[in-house]
Amino acid sequence: MNLWDRLMCYSRRRSPWLFHMNGGSCNGCDIELIASLTPRYDAEQLGVRLEGSPRHADILCITGPITHNAVNAIKTVYDQVCGPKAVVAIGSCPATTNVFIDSRTLDGPLNLHIPVDVFVPGCPPRPDAIIQGVAKAAEILAERAAKKLPVAPVVMPLVGPGCGGACACGGATAPPAGAPSNGASSNEAQP
Amino acid sequence: MNLTTALARFLIFPGLLFAVPAAWFFLWVERKSVALMQGRIGPPFMQPFFDFIKLLGKDTPPREGVGGLLMKLWPLIAVSAAATAVGLLPVLPASGGFEGDLILLLALLELPSMCIIAAGFSSRSIFGEIGSAREAALSVSYNVVFLLAIVSIAASQHTFRLEALAQLPASPMHWLGVIAILVCLPAKLHINPFSLPNAEQEIYSGPMTEYAGPELAMWELSHGLEWVAATGLVATLAAPHLTVWWIAALVFVALSFAVVLLLSAVAAATARLAIDTTVRFYWQVTLIFAVLAISSALFMRFRS
Repeated sequence: MNLWDRLMCYSRRRSPWLFHMNGGSCNGCDIELIASLTPRYDAEQLGVRLEGSPRHADILCITGPITHNAVNAIKTVYDQVCGPKAVVAIGSCPATTNVFIDSRTLDGPLNLHIPVDVFVPGCPPRPDAIIQGVAKAAEILAERAAKKLPVAPVVMPLVGPGCGGACACGGATAPPAGAPSNGASSNEAQP
Repeated sequence: MNLTTALARFLIFPGLLFAVPAAWFFLWVERKSVALMQGRIGPPFMQPFFDFIKLLGKDTPPREGVGGLLMKLWPLIAVSAAATAVGLLPVLPASGGFEGDLILLLALLELPSMCIIAAGFSSRSIFGEIGSAREAALSVSYNVVFLLAIVSIAASQHTFRLEALAQLPASPMHWLGVIAILVCLPAKLHINPFSLPNAEQEIYSGPMTEYAGPELAMWELSHGLEWVAATGLVATLAAPHLTVWWIAALVFVALSFAVVLLLSAVAAATARLAIDTTVRFYWQVTLIFAVLAISSALFMRFRS
């Protein structure tokens, strides 16, 4: 690789611009994605910017179990994102359709329709996990653009309490590391 | 000014060689200071540079016909106009200039905003058209005040030559004009509370919605150069007259930096206003201010 290619590869890793799309989500993951931009987590340190237009974005962040209505919109938006691009599936829903599995209104999971690079499991995933997933996606994007090779999708590990017990939860509500990523814990919490 | 000094001004200082890194630096200062005021850490120092390089390496959607050609052309016109505007600023003492270069500077400062309006309409995107219409309404509102303020400064000093304006001792009229220009800058630079043309998330990205890759990189650069030109205009008008060239350059950079910090603080402290409130603000509140400035400038001129 010459100097320009290396600079380009480095810049792609350092400047992931996101476009966020809801594929029938309950809004839990959307809130956590916004939370990762707030002062507590501050994803802008990694150069992350939430963009208004899919044309500007590098990384498409999709939440929700992909309803019938959302499929065409997701395909359109995926085509509108200019390459090189990557897709991050946020939460357990786009990966497995989660608790909505076998619903007749669904057409998921997400990787039936568009290629997904990073799965961030959790129901919802912690903001730290989302930031880690986005950073991983930016790395994949830069690597793929430099080598022009397909890269296998990555499933991120469940992230434990990133707060280190500093906040009110004390790390008590986080799922144990290595727990199954089907969001069962939040299902049990409901009455 | 002869050809050598003109080329040196446009290519080296305060032209391209200085203006492009300064544009990235000011974009970073804006993002970083807003982050610090919000209790965040903010982007790393090289962030606007990384964004620019990354955008250069992205694909663009295929564009066909005259519309596509125009869409490619608008960002280039905007960048060259903004870069030339920076080159015209009389930063160094005895740097030359010509009678009427203030008028050329005003025209060049206006060109990027014209290009944004045209770009939104030629993209044929509904969000682009809404953004362009807002930009046009905004431009009609703040430009009346902006031009009246500049004319009042020029009238009080009896010249349209930038270097002469920067060298003459400042009068109270001069400061009134500089304050009126400062009030117009947030609208000219599309930052809060007047960020409605590219109101992100609200109308996607306004006129920029359809732009991608290298074209978007040019828009980012032209926005940065507009920052340098607009804050530089205030800095040259507010700077004391200095004869040593490096002190003059340092004072110029320091004053521009202070204006960027001031505008970022305003942007961080305010929310976006609606279009009717914005238009009313400029036509009702600040217009009185500008008319006062120009009428007293003309009055003083006829008395003297």
